[in-house]
Amino acid sequence: MAFINLQNLTYKYPLTKTPALQNINLQIDKGEFISVIGANGAGKSTLCYALAGFVPHFFKGEISGEIEVDGIASSKSTLDEWVVNVGLAFQNPFNQISGAKYTVFEEIAFGLENIGVPREQMKSRVEEAMKLTGISNLADRSPYSLSGGQQQRVALTSILVMQPKLLVLDEPTSQMDPIGTREVFEVIHNLTQSGMTVVMVEHKVEWIAHFANRVIALKDGSIFMEGKPSDVLTSDLLIENGFGVSRYTSVAREAKKQGLWKKEKLPVTLFEAAEGFKE
Amino acid sequence: MKIEINSLHFTYPTGLEAIKGISLTINSGEQVAIVGQNGAGKTTLVRHFNGLLKPTSGSVTIGDWDTTKYSVAKLASRIGYVFQNPDEQLFSRDVLTEIEFGPKNLGYSKEKIDELVKQALVWTELTDKTETNPYDLSPTWRKMVALASIIAMDTPIVIFDEPTTGQDFVNVSRIANVIAELKKQGKTVITITHDIDFCAENFERVIALSNGKVLLDGKAHEVLGQEEILAQTYVDPPQLTRLGKVLNLKETVINQEEFLNVIVRSER
Repeated sequence: MAFINLQNLTYKYPLTKTPALQNINLQIDKGEFISVIGANGAGKSTLCYALAGFVPHFFKGEISGEIEVDGIASSKSTLDEWVVNVGLAFQNPFNQISGAKYTVFEEIAFGLENIGVPREQMKSRVEEAMKLTGISNLADRSPYSLSGGQQQRVALTSILVMQPKLLVLDEPTSQMDPIGTREVFEVIHNLTQSGMTVVMVEHKVEWIAHFANRVIALKDGSIFMEGKPSDVLTSDLLIENGFGVSRYTSVAREAKKQGLWKKEKLPVTLFEAAEGFKE
Repeated sequence: MKIEINSLHFTYPTGLEAIKGISLTINSGEQVAIVGQNGAGKTTLVRHFNGLLKPTSGSVTIGDWDTTKYSVAKLASRIGYVFQNPDEQLFSRDVLTEIEFGPKNLGYSKEKIDELVKQALVWTELTDKTETNPYDLSPTWRKMVALASIIAMDTPIVIFDEPTTGQDFVNVSRIANVIAELKKQGKTVITITHDIDFCAENFERVIALSNGKVLLDGKAHEVLGQEEILAQTYVDPPQLTRLGKVLNLKETVINQEEFLNVIVRSER
């Protein structure tokens, strides 16, 4: 059976009329790197919350269908049991930082403290996680004195240090510089190679195409399209429905209209675009 | 209205030296993008423009005003600043009150306020959301409220701190439109951004900061083609610039139109 299994999941926030998620069916295998795309308001964050147990445990509201991770149903679990297996990095790092800690090091140790990890082990895990995300130099700074992108790395690190089986990331690189973004994608990719399962919401199509195994395109709370990045991210249907594509795809699409792109398939990465235009 | 920065240095009370000697001039009506790695000093720099931060040494003048001699409230009549995180900026109970707050404080006439607010609502497509509490809106729309409430102040200079962060394709185009409208009105627009493709498509001048100093400053074309220097501040050239390089195009291209033009010419 799939590692993650969503069956007919429909969910409505309290006091709202339309469901934020509608009839979602999704199976994800262990070690997959899934990227979720879609317009603002399509249900991407809500899907993250559902995987992380916040929906419905924290947000309440009406839910039907099933969410299972590693054979355990979210409905039969409590949030504090759930968070040991599933980690979520919030869209806005400002909302995630505890406010209870003076330094980045302590902030990252916060989760481990709460699940009672022994002190020595905690220290080495924090150090290791900070090294992985390249923030060892920020250890003694206050989490609030950091730039947006640095804060985002801290938020990510404080989840990674928990070593969750499923890592859920809601636009983890939105405030990061371009090369920093690529580094984070590489780190995440390496983690999936060692068996971690990752679901990541992102708008940065170029890097999704490079690293993700599968793309889920959400629209109005439902799965609109799903498949390999090279298929989904070049689809006309996707472009016509207001999804963003890479500049390589859009320029080749335009070039094709003018007879300057000869291949049937549109490119999504630099390499594919270069290959096609060389012809 | 001209911005002049002379040998600016700034050290935070923690001892962190964020700006290490910057001198530049931004002329009236320029569209400038500021790029650079996280922690390069981008936000620290622009917070000097509206007086939120005062130089440790050196000076910043906005028109004929030295920022050390004017309060943030006073400087707000010349500089509008849209925060990176809208939640640090919004406080009213409905969208209309929020957007009216700035122009009201600047003492404009009722007619002028109504006109400015209406225009800001149209540009940001918030016209049907005036009665909503900003915190009942999604983060995307909160960002647009933050934008609208600054645009409505009708300042000659507008600063956007990472306007496209977390925005979808449609909303990024919406923000690009707002910038284009401000340009038409002759306003100076200064934008901090990590979205290099957005930068290439909407700005004439690009300043790359690194480690508290100016690394590159010039026309978008000149700056965005310097792959190796940009890498020092963790910035990649735009996607189509990189593609142009791989294809050995003779000139630097930064957007779709330029790219296609060069390809068409080489086909002939």
